[in-house]
Amino acid sequence: MHLILFFLFAGLCLAGAINLLLQSHPINSALSLIVVMTSLAVLYLLLGAEFLAIAQIIVYAGAVMVLFTFVVMLLNAGREERTLGSHAAARIGFPAVVAILAVLATVILRAQGLGAVHLGEGLTNSHGSSNLVVLSQVLFHELLLPFEVTSVLILVAILGAVALARRDDEERTAEK
Amino acid sequence: MTILAFVLWSFAKVVVVTVVLLMGIAYTVLLERKLVGRIQNRWGPSRVGPFGLLQPLVDGIKSFLKEDLIPAAVYRPVYLLAPIIALGCALISIAVIPFGEPDIGPHGFDLFEISNINVGLLVILGITSMGVYGVALAGWSSNNKYSLLGSLRSSAQMISYELALGLSLVGVVLRAGTLNLRAIVEQQATAGFATWNIFGGLQFLGFLIYLAAAFAETNRSPFDLPEAESELTGGYHTEYSSMKFAMFFMAEYGNMINVGCVATLLFLGGWTGPFENLIPPSDNVFFNAALSLFWFVLKVFCFLCLYVWVRGTLPRFRYDQLMNFGWRVLLPLAILNIIGTSLLLAYR
Amino acid sequence: MSLLQHDVPIAWYLLLSAALFSLGVVGFLIKRNLITVFMSIELMLNAVNLSFVAFAYQWHQVRGQIFVFFVMMVAAAEAAVGLAIIIAVFRVRATLAVDRIDLMKL
Repeated sequence: MHLILFFLFAGLCLAGAINLLLQSHPINSALSLIVVMTSLAVLYLLLGAEFLAIAQIIVYAGAVMVLFTFVVMLLNAGREERTLGSHAAARIGFPAVVAILAVLATVILRAQGLGAVHLGEGLTNSHGSSNLVVLSQVLFHELLLPFEVTSVLILVAILGAVALARRDDEERTAEK
Repeated sequence: MTILAFVLWSFAKVVVVTVVLLMGIAYTVLLERKLVGRIQNRWGPSRVGPFGLLQPLVDGIKSFLKEDLIPAAVYRPVYLLAPIIALGCALISIAVIPFGEPDIGPHGFDLFEISNINVGLLVILGITSMGVYGVALAGWSSNNKYSLLGSLRSSAQMISYELALGLSLVGVVLRAGTLNLRAIVEQQATAGFATWNIFGGLQFLGFLIYLAAAFAETNRSPFDLPEAESELTGGYHTEYSSMKFAMFFMAEYGNMINVGCVATLLFLGGWTGPFENLIPPSDNVFFNAALSLFWFVLKVFCFLCLYVWVRGTLPRFRYDQLMNFGWRVLLPLAILNIIGTSLLLAYR
Repeated sequence: MSLLQHDVPIAWYLLLSAALFSLGVVGFLIKRNLITVFMSIELMLNAVNLSFVAFAYQWHQVRGQIFVFFVMMVAAAEAAVGLAIIIAVFRVRATLAVDRIDLMKL
């Protein structure tokens, strides 16, 4: 069961990511990225991280990608011209990507002591109990300061986004 | 229980629940037409069958047999995908909603919930947040300025109100200490309606915020700006006809039923009756099952009637009023509710 | 029956994560639309998150999952600011092609 689910959703992930590269229209790329993100959420579930799986769907697929599609719709961005990138990217970039992938693959495959994932086991190794409790205990006791700092970061980001995206008054009158 | 029996029982459960939900959607449409008719001092549908009870069937046949027009300028793949996303998201949520006692089925099999999972509430919120895509993509791919305006409005509106919706439920989660919908209901059911979250749990503020945000999330009047027919000629589904239009229509009513189910579970005590603690429990399994189903359906029905009542009564908001209401009223109130609830819990 | 109970090695999850990351890098290099380039960055972040969750499972450490949580929050903030910048750029230059946005000044 685990094997079937893993291959199904890993395949969906890879297909979505490749489709993201092949499509020339931004909205198609956004849709394939949504497919990647939701399949990743299922993989998180298989790894026993149910809270992260749902957070992935709510935050990434439900909020961040809606923002992306919203901007694509708002700017009505057309098809892009198909290129293979700049010369520098073609000469250095692709060999570098292949090299990174090869190095990562050999390291992962030769690593000792990596276990196997057993379905139904989470962090706590016990059935029925949610890892939510463990997660929130660490988050709100030991890591309270980083958590609060992140909330300030998000506040700053909201203000920055509003300041960047709003039009000045003289611009608006000039348009009229 | 063997794997085969499990699969068969689960399959039967899924089929029954889906069919009941679809029938419920069909008859919610009839309920709305009848009630709005009475509010406007007319009869509503009354010709097909006794009291117009066969009207949904005729409506279904009509939308099925109509010509399926696809305008030439639409962006086809997304145009065809959008109604499927909308209807799919509306129908999936029912999978985690419990509507009866857990231990009624044979061999300890959970008969009254398709899947009992420990993050059920978050799953419903996640599916709701995916529902935006149906509306947004439909409007964009139609290549029509009214549709695009409708879909831009709806994506902004749904993202804004999702925050208030999620935050209004935090009070309930704080009280229950879990995200499992079954546990949340059982925590409220200790002393009849006195311990329901809306009364004894002191979550009426949360309930009101949830109500307002849910109206906006399901694009229902008075927040139905994405499909405001008087200014946008139908909004995001202007270019849809026949079965594709019917899918959007069904998605809207399916979402209404989902919202009603969630409100029932979180605020109104789920499948438990208001005086359950006073009546001695019966030994008859079938009686108990029927009773819990009766209470659940009654509560959802009342919620749907409320929806229709509001639609028949209130005028539509203006767009800036809608945004101001969401961000400047509902969101601070929801945060206030969370602070109050957590202070109360800490004091106890 | 053996197919139903077979376990999946952690290494496969890590390989998938590496592959997704590389696809993200390739997308970053070949895509010519500002929004799609930004999407490739999100894809890379997601790939890294997958390996965090896999390692959290491997060592039974909750810290790995918490890290993913923080990455998600920062990514949401980053998306908001990034898209605002994209809108501002589009307003000035009326294009989203990265090749055309090659001047530091207006």
